[in-house]
Amino acid sequence: MRSTAHSFKDNAKAAMADPQLRRALDNVKTGFIGKRAKAAARLPEFEALRDASRAIKVHTLDHLDLYLERYEKNVLAAGGHVHWCESAADARAAVLEICQRVGAKTVTKGKSMICEEIALNEHLEAEGMIPVETDLGEYIIQLRHEPPSHIIAPAVHLTKDAIEADFRQAHTQFPKDRPLSEPRHLVDEARQVLRTRFLEADVGITGANFLIAETGSSVIVTNEGNGDLTQVIPKVHIVVASLEKVIPNLCDLSTILRVLARSATGQEFSTYTTVSSGPKRPEDPDGPEEYHVILLDNGRTQMLGNEFREVLHCIRCGACMNHCPVYHAIGGHAYGWVYPGPIGAVLTPGLIGIEEAGDLPNASSFCGRCESVCPMRIPLPKLMRHWREREFERRLTPAPVRYGLAAWAFLARRPALYHWLLGLEMRVLGALGRRKGRFAWLPFAGGWTRHRDFPAPQGKTFQALWAERQGTRAP
Amino acid sequence: MPKEIAPPARVGLFVTCLVDLMRPSVGFAAVKLLEEAGCAVEAPRAQTCCGQPAYNSGDRADAQALARQTIEAFEGFDYVVAPSGSCAAMIREHYPALLAKDAAWSARAERLAVRTYELISFLSDVRGVTGVAARFEGAVTYHDGCSGLRELGIQAQPRQLLASVQGLSLKEMPDADVCCGFGGTFCVKFSDISNTMVGDKIASIEKSGARTLLAGELGCLMNMAGKLKRTGVQVEARHVAEVLAGMTDEPAIGEAGGD
Repeated sequence: MRSTAHSFKDNAKAAMADPQLRRALDNVKTGFIGKRAKAAARLPEFEALRDASRAIKVHTLDHLDLYLERYEKNVLAAGGHVHWCESAADARAAVLEICQRVGAKTVTKGKSMICEEIALNEHLEAEGMIPVETDLGEYIIQLRHEPPSHIIAPAVHLTKDAIEADFRQAHTQFPKDRPLSEPRHLVDEARQVLRTRFLEADVGITGANFLIAETGSSVIVTNEGNGDLTQVIPKVHIVVASLEKVIPNLCDLSTILRVLARSATGQEFSTYTTVSSGPKRPEDPDGPEEYHVILLDNGRTQMLGNEFREVLHCIRCGACMNHCPVYHAIGGHAYGWVYPGPIGAVLTPGLIGIEEAGDLPNASSFCGRCESVCPMRIPLPKLMRHWREREFERRLTPAPVRYGLAAWAFLARRPALYHWLLGLEMRVLGALGRRKGRFAWLPFAGGWTRHRDFPAPQGKTFQALWAERQGTRAP
Repeated sequence: MPKEIAPPARVGLFVTCLVDLMRPSVGFAAVKLLEEAGCAVEAPRAQTCCGQPAYNSGDRADAQALARQTIEAFEGFDYVVAPSGSCAAMIREHYPALLAKDAAWSARAERLAVRTYELISFLSDVRGVTGVAARFEGAVTYHDGCSGLRELGIQAQPRQLLASVQGLSLKEMPDADVCCGFGGTFCVKFSDISNTMVGDKIASIEKSGARTLLAGELGCLMNMAGKLKRTGVQVEARHVAEVLAGMTDEPAIGEAGGD
């Protein structure tokens, strides 16, 4: 998708002015947070499992070459194919080549953020194929020609009423007076529409939550079972996954799965956890005839070697955005590209460039709630700060901020001058503000006073008063 | 009395730039509380700011310079105490990382870090203070500043000490642990988003029913007080140290001075 991350502030402003979106986002605040807290509290070893899960990722990334090669060997041994793709374009080309070779028309898709990252749907459509999203949320936003606004709940920005209107407009095959006001009605209707699509599909494309080196398997977790129908019914199953999804073995999988669903939705386990290992074998009752894995780098090996390595621990549970007050205020679309929220603020500049996405790692109050709930303990604020450091080094930080910082640092590094000059300023401000106790407007403080008053200082500084109390004169 | 619980200690008060410039009465409340807890308090004049604005804006060089300046100013004290979770966390959690590759300074940063505390948690956790001799009539609600809460684990301590204040009742607001939208330079760089966040926070404060808002972080308090005033909500904002020290004669944050 085309990024609008460069107009983040405008996107955010528009989002905050949308009352429908604000209502939808209230559901994020009330739903996900309480459910995760309850699920974590019910499991005494939850914190220990977070540590163990993190350790698995640390170990795997330390030996990524070894595990990727082992994974490939085992995929091949099971009769599958692995396509190593450096860029999004390589990955799109590899998928297209397979689809064209088998003469695909309808391509069903399980929910996959990587497919969003490489803009696969647009590409397949341009080549005359019909990609059909089969996850309910993804299906809804595909009808609306929108990107997902959340990594596990792509249509979380929508209310039930909005979805009903979309269904009435898109599904003209059903009676106009049918009941559609309840979630159940919407689910049943989507299911009815999608069922025929599953049977028509020539190729099924899924993402992967994990790739298992030991067995050459890909693993998806879903709540709707759509992923299974996507990958089992068509003749060809294509898995699109980025290379940091690999973990050593099924034991590690069971450890991380215990924190994944709890962190994401507060479920103990997702409804479906599906392990696929290669194409259909002669003794299997069903399954695809061809099994392909598109193994995508797209900038990740760069991050493996720099200060952003820990972002590769992410298991895409969405807990960081579920708990983020900035996300709650603006929703996912304002971030302007595929990955919203705190993880997007770190990942997006790494994938599309800090010049394009510079606002994202800055748009955080560093409240730290994301890090406190991340099952993999990714230090998201620290990584956002690293992006700010890169911006500052490259002089991409906006000029007013740079000059303001420089002036302030000049003073702060000279205590005597600092105390004298700011002491004087506070006495002036204190005298001016004493009657009202606050300022509705101050020069150079528009960012503050546009929305709030500026409390007046008390007058003399602590240092001045302390010197008086010590019986010495302030220098 | 606390004096009997712990031996006297030399405490360097890291006043913080906001308290120094905007609200020195918080500094004197801190001094009173520390002295009551058996500490000898000094406030070195060579201190200015801990460097958070530079650090969080990606300006490592200035942040490092201010870290070195602060370390020099406070070496030699038994403890460094700040009436702010974020400034204490800056010294305690971030100075060692900031100077880790500086052979001459990394050990000094480490030594200072482990001796640095936020005021209320210092009183509770280090000095063993379980109550104060203050009086405050009315209901208060307490906002957990993010750095203090999540970097230093400060949550129970201020509530425990507030419970000992005569006449005071604590009415919790919903989402007390959610950011108020201050975030240092964030609140001016992303003014509109910050405004939505502080708007949500004001709604939470109102739900508590309390007429006084307390917190341990002056930046957050100025943000919330400024929004309370702008929207005409009748809630006064004070630093928790003012109430614990029984020093609430000064007008609350953003309130008129009278003359």
